[in-house]
Amino acid sequence: MRPQGKHEMSDTTSSTRPAGASAPASSTPHAPVGANAAIAADAGIAAAIEAPPSLRWRWLRKHPTLILGIVLLLLIAALSLAAPWIATHNPTAINPLQRLKPASSEHWFGTDALGRDVFSRAVWGGRVSLIVAISVAVLSTVLGVALGLTAGFVRWADSIIMRIMDGLMAIPDILLAIALMAVIQASLSTVILAITIPQVPRVVRLVRSLALTLREQLFVEAAHAIGTRLPVILVRHVLPNIVTPLIVQATFIAATAVLTEAVLSFLGVGVPAQVPSWGNMMAEGRNFVAVAFTVILYPGMLLALTVLAINLMGDGLRDALDPRLANQL
Amino acid sequence: MAYVIRRILATVPVMAVVAVIVFLLIHLSPGDPAALIAGDLATAEDIQRLHVALGLDQPLWQQFFLWAGKLFRGDLGTSLFTQVPVTSLLAQRVEPTLSIAVLTMGLSIAVAIPMGVLAAYKAGTWIDRVVMVFAVLAFSVPVFLVGYLLIYGFAVQLHWLPVQGYTRLSSGLWPWLRSLILPCVNLALVYIALITRMTRATVLEVLHEDYIRTARAKGLGVMPVLGHALRNAAIPIATTVGVGIALLIGGVVVTETVFAIPGIGRLVIDSVQHHDYPVIQSVLLLSAGTYVLINLLIDLSYRLFDPRIRY
Repeated sequence: MRPQGKHEMSDTTSSTRPAGASAPASSTPHAPVGANAAIAADAGIAAAIEAPPSLRWRWLRKHPTLILGIVLLLLIAALSLAAPWIATHNPTAINPLQRLKPASSEHWFGTDALGRDVFSRAVWGGRVSLIVAISVAVLSTVLGVALGLTAGFVRWADSIIMRIMDGLMAIPDILLAIALMAVIQASLSTVILAITIPQVPRVVRLVRSLALTLREQLFVEAAHAIGTRLPVILVRHVLPNIVTPLIVQATFIAATAVLTEAVLSFLGVGVPAQVPSWGNMMAEGRNFVAVAFTVILYPGMLLALTVLAINLMGDGLRDALDPRLANQL
Repeated sequence: MAYVIRRILATVPVMAVVAVIVFLLIHLSPGDPAALIAGDLATAEDIQRLHVALGLDQPLWQQFFLWAGKLFRGDLGTSLFTQVPVTSLLAQRVEPTLSIAVLTMGLSIAVAIPMGVLAAYKAGTWIDRVVMVFAVLAFSVPVFLVGYLLIYGFAVQLHWLPVQGYTRLSSGLWPWLRSLILPCVNLALVYIALITRMTRATVLEVLHEDYIRTARAKGLGVMPVLGHALRNAAIPIATTVGVGIALLIGGVVVTETVFAIPGIGRLVIDSVQHHDYPVIQSVLLLSAGTYVLINLLIDLSYRLFDPRIRY
């Protein structure tokens, strides 16, 4: 399933770029590392694509962390997508007679302080985390690419954008997200926004540094010389060359987003309390740690497993697509 | 020297941008900031009074310069909830937070650097793999979950350490340290993971260099060789420590909540619940200032690590 997706991604990469693009770039003696690395990675993927199916599978087998991450993530995604069928109880149904009960055949993960079924809530809660992970990763990447490319290619905008990004980066992520949640109405979309904003500068920095090296590459200069307009150059020649590091970074941002959502909910400034998110379940359970540790243990373990899966996938993708990124990301 | 001055001056625009962001924060909210501050039960009169008190009736740029001018004179404003000057509020809360931050950083560096060097030296062996698995795990488990696990294990079950709370340094070194062991170990885990990974990656790279091979070839022992390597790996490691400061400050908020420690992190959360904007703004400024200052010091210290660097 996954290799198919990567296949498509890299396919567009190689087809949109002019055929000779990578050759002059890699033969330039002083070719900057970032662009070179991206191009080298492309070549690696291209080799994998052109190889017969059996070789493609061998390539995948060489990256066990990637496979483990993807399998775990697919399991968690399937579990939360199938929540209406898997959940044994109504996740919001209160039962005062069954408060803080340990795990049993009736309540697989026990019950919480209001007698709600922890297993059903945990299954539903996965949806919130996955929505947050995907939205934050996509949103911060889109914003970061737009700002980063502008900074990299439009000289007068560069210092303005980068000073603002420096300022944003100086404020610790979680504090900035907390402060944003203090001024906006709590809802799932505002939480996503509050987690996204602190992540944008990271993407901008990465994109800008890649753009600065790509700007000097022959194929970009050539496109300039024949009068190609800047937006066309960016979309057709620059974007395909930064896709690899962007995907890796987006994966790590997704992992951070899941953790931050849980932290915000846990601190009482996240998604509204009636939403059964893993963070909210733990926030409610924290007053009963000594009595019923399970109330925070199960959602916490599921959350950790999700973040672990995304991190493994990120590490695996990085090693598989471009080992040289290891020092940057 | 010119570099030092330039580097110090470079912090000015960053802090200026931080100040603008922090100032604009309460104006970002849709609707009237005064109404937001006053809460749901406020009358129109209350809101009007707040308008004047906060200077919201003036144009935005005027408000900003008035506010920034006060900042320069060390006036962070007055807490809307407790009616106490924010500076004295922060002064009361700074000791626990500073204690956690310093101890956590010391503990992390003391554990992470040897661990990272060991993993690099034994790259590819089971030791390396154990260290890396730990690093990935520490990145994935929420800080507060580990915190409650520590409380449950060491305080509730074993009774070795206090469950929650903070004992001031003035009531003795040991009681103070005892109240900080669990929070610091908790917070350090993420930080250790970060620094270990970076140390391993840089040392691994340095170990491939020619001078290391020469040192080994002439029969130098393991420890002196690693010493050589570490010195050349120092700058990326120091940079990681600096970048991680933001992570540390963010983590303090969570740890202080888990361990019920009345520090600055706890103050922020309480202030959010009370819509106490002057306090939130001040803490943002303070933590951004700390981050910028520490990174300035780290940048300036590069020469100590590497005399080849000339400014």
